[in-house]
Amino acid sequence: MTQDMITTDILIIGAGPTGLFTVFEAGLLKLKCHIIDALAQPGGQCSELYPKKPIYDIPGFPEVLAGDLVDNLMKQIEPFQPGFTLGERAQTIEKQEDGSFIVTTSKGTKHHAKVVAIAGGLGSFEPRKPAIEGIEKYEDNGVSYMIKDPEVYRDKKVVIAGGGDSALDWSIFLADVAAEVTLVHRREEFRGALDSVEKVQDLVNENKIRLVTPAEVLDIKGEDKVESVLLQHNDKAKRMEVIECDALIPLFGLAPKLGPIADWGLEIEKNAIKVDNTLDYQTNIPGIYAIGDVNTYPGKLKLILCGFHEATLMCQSAYQRIFPDKRYVMKYTTVGGIDGFDGSRKEAEKAVVKKIGNN
Amino acid sequence: MSDVNITIIDREGKEHKVLAPTDMNMNLMEVCKAYDLPVQAVCGGMAMCATCQCYIISDHVLGERNDDEQAMLWEAYNVKENSRLGCQIPIKETLEGLIIELAPEE
Repeated sequence: MTQDMITTDILIIGAGPTGLFTVFEAGLLKLKCHIIDALAQPGGQCSELYPKKPIYDIPGFPEVLAGDLVDNLMKQIEPFQPGFTLGERAQTIEKQEDGSFIVTTSKGTKHHAKVVAIAGGLGSFEPRKPAIEGIEKYEDNGVSYMIKDPEVYRDKKVVIAGGGDSALDWSIFLADVAAEVTLVHRREEFRGALDSVEKVQDLVNENKIRLVTPAEVLDIKGEDKVESVLLQHNDKAKRMEVIECDALIPLFGLAPKLGPIADWGLEIEKNAIKVDNTLDYQTNIPGIYAIGDVNTYPGKLKLILCGFHEATLMCQSAYQRIFPDKRYVMKYTTVGGIDGFDGSRKEAEKAVVKKIGNN
Repeated sequence: MSDVNITIIDREGKEHKVLAPTDMNMNLMEVCKAYDLPVQAVCGGMAMCATCQCYIISDHVLGERNDDEQAMLWEAYNVKENSRLGCQIPIKETLEGLIIELAPEE
């Protein structure tokens, strides 16, 4: 086995709420986790689709914004130091002779784990690409469908296309980083959080963002990389305009696909992975579990709170699989506290036993 | 409160005649899912994905598209005049006899 492989106890595929909470439950059992996600940031749908929407059925939270739930989970699992491989899709899996697994991502990163937990939700989110002929040629040569490192755009001329939250939010962010930001959208109306829409309006007024609406990007020009884009204004004259730029960032939302996981030899029913819900949410391949929205069993409900429960039971089973000879008793965190892998310890404050007397 | 009869034409052209309750706070997307029709409903009903896009075939008056629905349909594919997002259409008694067709998957 090569040295540059990431090794861990439980490899979690999917950084949504279920995947994140798995790190916590595994941590209580002293199992280390590493998470792969196709998106550039953790949180899955909660971060990508509806960070500013409230959720009302997380036990103990009368109301919590999806984005805040993710922030809280990240804080909760921090002591257990999870590793992350973000912006890469889990591509292939190979079972080793010793029962462990090697999972390789779309970018060739290899992960070696004793147990694999698929918490992939609806699958990996693939960006919806605009219908521009030959756009593939420019991918990673100026065209990106998601922004991993905004510094790449420092002092560059950037064209952002799209009309939703991510187009608005990145236009705002890059207005301070890039040399030039042009925001192109098919409509004059944008759909996003009110403060984002207003902020973009302010930046447009201050000439920090150039707004081109209604218009569409029709073509990309450039030898090996993006040098300019051709726009068509959606007015009566259908005026064409060439904008010189270093980067085109189409942000047209994402569509989830179960993707390569579908070819891993797992039993699949209605786009979901069949698991044993009487015991531990294991799939038909021992050592591979599926938890959260990605699995199915009689009576399955695709709820975050169900994913948390499934993650908890799955970790107990994973522990038994990794340490068949060890015995473990579930401990309450109130009683046992939490020992982080970072050396931190959280525990309930001890009551004092002290005499109270009269002076 | 009573159930309404709705006809859903799937992507193979097959007609499914279903009964939808008007007193369960359900929408058209949820009715499709309840009958195991191939509607993904990726976003769960937030008008954010258009996987429940359908065409209204009968001449029922459903009212205007709401803002979220309209914005999503601007970005979706295969959108026609009679396109709606099933998740934004509550099941009401006025839908009796409604006929819809599922839009192609992207």
